[in-house]
Amino acid sequence: MSDFIAEALQKLPTETPGWLSEQRRRGRSSWKSSTMPTRKTEDWKYTRLRALEEGAYLGWAERQDLTSLALTALRDQVHISGLDARMLVFVNGFYSPELSSPTAMDGMDIVHFSEADETQVETIRAHLGTAANRDKYMFTALNDSWLDDGVFVHVKQDSKVITPLHIVWLTVPQREAFSLSQRLLVVMEPGSEATVVEHFASDGAQQNSFTNGVTELVLGANARLCHYRLHLEEEHALHIGGVHARLDRDARLNSFHLGLGSILKRLDVVVRHEGNGAHCDLNGIYLPRHSQNIDYHTCIEHARPHCTTKEVFRGVISDNARAVFNGRIHIHPDAQKTVAELSNKNLLTSNKAEIDTKPELEIYADDVKCTHGATVAQLDDYALYYLCSRGIAREHAQVMLSTGFINELINNLQHPTLGEYLKPVLSDMFVQQVTKRERTE
Amino acid sequence: MLSIKNLHATVEGEDILRGINLDIGAGEVHAIMGPNGSGKSTLGHVLTGREGYEVTAGEVTFMGQDLLALAPEERALAGLLLAFQYPVEIPGVSNMEFLKTAVDGMRKYRKLEALDSVSFMKLAREVCKRVDLDQNFLKRGVNEGFSGGEKKRNELMQMMLLEPHLAILDETDSGLDIDALQVVAAGINSMRDGKRSFVLITHYQRLLNFIEPDHVHVLGGGRIVRSGDKSLALELEDKGYGWLESEAV
Repeated sequence: MSDFIAEALQKLPTETPGWLSEQRRRGRSSWKSSTMPTRKTEDWKYTRLRALEEGAYLGWAERQDLTSLALTALRDQVHISGLDARMLVFVNGFYSPELSSPTAMDGMDIVHFSEADETQVETIRAHLGTAANRDKYMFTALNDSWLDDGVFVHVKQDSKVITPLHIVWLTVPQREAFSLSQRLLVVMEPGSEATVVEHFASDGAQQNSFTNGVTELVLGANARLCHYRLHLEEEHALHIGGVHARLDRDARLNSFHLGLGSILKRLDVVVRHEGNGAHCDLNGIYLPRHSQNIDYHTCIEHARPHCTTKEVFRGVISDNARAVFNGRIHIHPDAQKTVAELSNKNLLTSNKAEIDTKPELEIYADDVKCTHGATVAQLDDYALYYLCSRGIAREHAQVMLSTGFINELINNLQHPTLGEYLKPVLSDMFVQQVTKRERTE
Repeated sequence: MLSIKNLHATVEGEDILRGINLDIGAGEVHAIMGPNGSGKSTLGHVLTGREGYEVTAGEVTFMGQDLLALAPEERALAGLLLAFQYPVEIPGVSNMEFLKTAVDGMRKYRKLEALDSVSFMKLAREVCKRVDLDQNFLKRGVNEGFSGGEKKRNELMQMMLLEPHLAILDETDSGLDIDALQVVAAGINSMRDGKRSFVLITHYQRLLNFIEPDHVHVLGGGRIVRSGDKSLALELEDKGYGWLESEAV
């Protein structure tokens, strides 16, 4: 077994703006003092990091020279028709002008950390690392220590940006297994509105990347952000990442997560209500199959009064796959009049599938309304029979029930065009799965 | 069309059907009545092949095929349809998607040209009108949040779209007010074409005022204890089931 912590310390980013060095130094020291989680580490109890340690992801991501044929295929794959988005595409971490369509938008500035002007640097420095806590999340520390650049999205005060920003983080295999560090900082000034779609994808080949992707969302008073984080990578792509949000007074965050499984995939989703009256809708779907894993740890911190949270996560776990869902809601003593709801429902479509679900409520205020619940079920035999009794083949009926289970969330997306993009992708996945199952039976 | 010989079936180890014999010819309407627990619904589910409903003896021939050898979906494609007493709610699967998938499969099986979305939509809207169901029900999840009466109409709609050779209607009349009952009855009558057959499982004679049966059978203790014409239903309405059960023993 390799020592991943020491190995990661060997890797030093090059060509970084000097003003990031402090952040990097702190990340490095925090990472250095951390220890690899074991079965006894509560936050990592059900997710092993063996794949990361054994995979020797020692190379760095390199700029790829793609053929025009490959570019066309990738463009078709990640383009979401009807979304009419401003599109930024990164291939193995490098910005791809060929795949991007960066139409300028009033009210929203997008810039690389390395290309930021003085005022922008000031804003970045004021917010970077304020939402993602490196001492609590060790892979945020790693992200800090590897910080060479990042993407900064700045939405100006009272600007209503209607065109969604679609950021695609694409990976393609390199000769040697490699690591990839990504950082996104979204700062929403008071009263602003925007939509950001983060889309992780890969080409069809077997991947050999480990991505550490940290996103920070900072919402000023009354700001509204609709955020999507879609993980649709090939199953050999490793990902450990997080989305960390801070919400000021009356800010509203609508966040949707979708994760296909992989050898190792772990997402920490953290929302801090830091101003009175903030609201967060946090929804998500995870769909591991084969021998994949996926782990969503969500944590909502209610630090101020009159804030609300509505969280719904659903999972369909197939074959020998394993999913972990940990949903924590923490109500601080000051957070009176909090309303928080958490629901997690799981569908196991095979006898060998596993889900470890744990809703956690920690309440230190006395005038709050909180509910939480988790369920685990199998495909409903009676519903299957009902569909079959109308002439629908059993395997097709299984696909209908599995997709039906998640469609309630997909159908309620703020951007229905995204739902239209996702539905065939997911439905194809269930079809493949059923065909495979029928063949092995 | 359907021939049932000495059918025995168990559910969870309990004998429910104990030797049913029944022949249904093309174009006939049979009513099956009987007290609660007499095996009426079980008969319907055994014929459509529900899991856990185990046939222990007997044979069933449907349109010349050994029905019991077929999977539920094959029975449906062969032209058998059971309108459920308790239709299942399936949130997340739209009624439209469900109906179109079923109709597509049936048309393919019958070697009919596939309907494009627009033609299907048109057809579905027409059928909605026939069963007096608002078109919005097409967009909702299958039976999701439907009232009892709406669910029954949705069953009827499936029958109209799938055009089975034999429809078994399991208490499609229960829980309906008199107006809804008339809509349902008119719907069933509109499907009678001299070739299609029906089995009406019912507790009440009142449905039979609107749909005249050719034969009435009374089920008791898992057997047909009495068969007759429509006057038998009236007699039952008058006397109840007690006198037949004592005869059956």
